[in-house]
Amino acid sequence: MRKSSLLVVTIAVTGALTLSACGSRGAKTGSDNAGGTTKVVIGVDAPISGKLSALGLGIKNSADLATKKANKDNLVPGVTFSIEAKDDQANPTSGKQNATALVDMKDVVGVVGPLNSSVSQTMQKVFNDAKLTQVSPANTSPELSLGPDWGSSKFTRPYASYFRTATTDVVQGKYAAQYLFNEAKKTKVYVIDDKKTYGAGLAAIFQEEFKKLGGTVAGSDHINPDDKDFSAVATKVASSGADSVYYGGEYPEAGPLTDQIKKAGAKVPVMGGDGIYDPEFIKLSNNNSDGDLATSVGAPVEELSSAKTFVADYTAAGYKDAYSAYGGYSYDAAWSIIEAVKAAVEHNGGKVPSDLRTKVLAEMAKVNFSGVTGQVSFDQYGDTTNKQLTVYSVKGGEWKAVKSGTYNG
Amino acid sequence: MHELPQNLANGLMLGLMYGLIAIGYTMVYGIVQLINFAHGEIFMIGGFGALTAYAALPHGTSLWLALPVMILGGVIASVLTATAAERFAYRPLRTAPRLAPLITAIGLSIALQQVVWAFYPGAKKAISFPQFAGDTVDLGLFHLQRNDLFLLAAAPLCMLILASFVRFTRTGRAMQATAQDPDTAKLMGINTDRIIVIAFALGAAFAAVAAVAHGLRYGQVDFMMGFLAGLKAFTAAVLGGIGNIYGAMLGGLVLGVAESLATAYIQNVPGMHQLGGGAWANVWAFVLLIVVLLVRPQGLLGERVADRA
Repeated sequence: MRKSSLLVVTIAVTGALTLSACGSRGAKTGSDNAGGTTKVVIGVDAPISGKLSALGLGIKNSADLATKKANKDNLVPGVTFSIEAKDDQANPTSGKQNATALVDMKDVVGVVGPLNSSVSQTMQKVFNDAKLTQVSPANTSPELSLGPDWGSSKFTRPYASYFRTATTDVVQGKYAAQYLFNEAKKTKVYVIDDKKTYGAGLAAIFQEEFKKLGGTVAGSDHINPDDKDFSAVATKVASSGADSVYYGGEYPEAGPLTDQIKKAGAKVPVMGGDGIYDPEFIKLSNNNSDGDLATSVGAPVEELSSAKTFVADYTAAGYKDAYSAYGGYSYDAAWSIIEAVKAAVEHNGGKVPSDLRTKVLAEMAKVNFSGVTGQVSFDQYGDTTNKQLTVYSVKGGEWKAVKSGTYNG
Repeated sequence: MHELPQNLANGLMLGLMYGLIAIGYTMVYGIVQLINFAHGEIFMIGGFGALTAYAALPHGTSLWLALPVMILGGVIASVLTATAAERFAYRPLRTAPRLAPLITAIGLSIALQQVVWAFYPGAKKAISFPQFAGDTVDLGLFHLQRNDLFLLAAAPLCMLILASFVRFTRTGRAMQATAQDPDTAKLMGINTDRIIVIAFALGAAFAAVAAVAHGLRYGQVDFMMGFLAGLKAFTAAVLGGIGNIYGAMLGGLVLGVAESLATAYIQNVPGMHQLGGGAWANVWAFVLLIVVLLVRPQGLLGERVADRA
C-alpha cells in the first residue's frame, strides 16, 4: 500500500511541476469586454522561453505596447485591442500548434511573429487557409515571401496572408559581403552556418556575393544548434589562415563560437546577421568579441527620431525585459495590423465588420504609416519597402553602430 | 600550428568531461540496473549550484579562492537532488517493472529542467559562468585553454579517488558485492539501500565537478545543458561497457576524440565532403557506437554477463 501511494505522490508531484512550469508561460491577457466595445486580439508568436527568449520577450512586449497605445489614443473608436502571446520556443512544431490555436480564437484578427524563419514556414499555410494576417517582425528568409525559386529571380508569392517588417537575407547577406570586402578590407573568409533556414540561407547569400566581389572562401563548415563545443571547428578556422569569419546563425551559438575561435588562436573578426546582434552575444562570448561585426535591418532604433517616443514609452511601461533587436519592428508590425483594423472599420461606416479577418487582410496591402523604424508599407510580395541596414561592431563590450545605409542593387 | 595534436587535445578535453558525467550513469546502472535519464539534469543542477555559491561569495573574490567553494556548492546541489530523486522517485519503484523507473527518470528529467527554468533567477536564458582570465597555454605541439586546466587536473583525480574508494574501502567493497548480487549482499549484512544512495551521491558529485569544468570551459550554464551532455555521457557509458567505471572514462575519451577528429578530417576524405564538419560530429559518434556494439556488445571494457539465463 505504502509503495503505491508513494508512486501516486511521485507522479502527481512530477506532473504538477511540469504543468505549473507550462502554465506560467502563456501570459494571460485581459479579456474583460469593457461596456459596448468590441474586443480585437492581436496574436503574438515568439520564443518567450528558451535560448532565444531575449528576442522573443522584446517582440511580445513591443506588440503589447502598440495595443496599449492604440487603446489609450482611442485610435479605433469602439474597439479595444489586446494581445494573446504564444510561446514557440523557436521550435517549428510548437509554432504550427500555436498557429492553429490562434486561428481557432475568433477574436484574433492578425498575428505578429514569429522570430524564426523556420517556424514561419510551418505557420504560413495555417494562417493563409484561415485568411488571417501574419506580420513577422524578424523573418529574413527570402523564400517566405518570394517563393522557392527566388534564387533564379522567379518571384512568386506563396501566401497572400504573409507580411514582414524585416528586410530579407538577400539584402542583408549582400550588404554584409560588400561591407566586409570593400570597407573592412577582408579578402579571405571562413563561412560557418547552423543549417537552419535562416542561418544557412544567409551564409549562402553572403558567400556568393563575397566571391563575386573577388574575395576567397578559405573554407566552410556547419555546426549543430544545440552544441556548445566548437573547438574542432575553431581549430580548423585557425589553421585555414582566414582573416575573417562569417557566421549564419543566432547568438546562443555565435557567442561561444567566437569565444572558442579566438581561444584557438585566430584573432579575426566574426561577422554575422541580425541573429547575433544582441547584447547576449557579447555576454556569451565572455567578452571575447571585440571587433566582431553584425548587420541588422533598419537604422539603430535609438538614433531614429521616429523611435524616440517608442523608446520612452517602452521604458515608461516598465517591462522587465529589453525591447531587443526587433522591438521597433514588432511595434510596427502590430501597428500595421491596428491600422488595417482602423481602415476596415472606417470603410464599414464606423462599425466593426463581421468578417473582420478578411477585411483586415485586404487592407494590409494599402497600409502606409510613419512607424518606429521609418515609413512602413508592404510591396506586392508582402515585404517591407524599407531597405535600410546598419553594420554594428562590438567595442568595449557593447554593440556600436558603424555604418548605416540603404541597400540598392 | 599543428592540427592533429590540437584536434586530439580538443577531443581529450571533451572526452574527460563526458567521462566524468558517464560515471554517474554507469555506477547507478551497475547497482540497480536503472538508466537514470535524469542524470544530465543532476549535472546541470551542479552547474547552477556552483554558480549560486559563487554569487554568495563577496564580490571580487579571486576565482582561485572561489573554486573550492563553487565545487562544494555544486556537489551539494547535485548530491541533494540525486539522493532526493533516489528516495522519492526511484526507491518506491524498485520492485516495479523496469519500464516504470525508466519513464519516471525521463519525467523527472523534464521536471528538473522546468523547475530550474521557472525558479532560478535569470535562468530563462544562458547565464555567464566566471572564468579564469589570461591567454591560452602554449605547449608546443598544441595549446590548451587556461580554463581547461581545471578539467585536466580534476578528471584524473576524481578517477583515482573513485578507483581507490571502490577497491580499498569497506563501503566500496560492499558496493561491488551489491552490484554482483544484491540479494546475497543483503544476506551478508550489507545495507543495500545505503549502498544505492551512495552510488547515486557519488555519481552526482562527479557530475557536479564536470559541471564546473563545463562552466569554465564554455563560460556559461543554461537549463538545457544537461540534455545533450547527458545523452553523450550515456553513450560514453554504453560505449565503454555500462556498469564499469573505467569503461565510462574510456568511453568518454573515445567518444570525445572521435567527435573531434570526425569534425576535422571526414571532410577531407574524397567524396565525403557533404558528410563532414561540425554538423556531422554526432552522426559519426553514433556510427562509432553502433560499430563497437556490433563487435563487442558488452562495450569496450564491459564484462560478458549472463543477464538472463
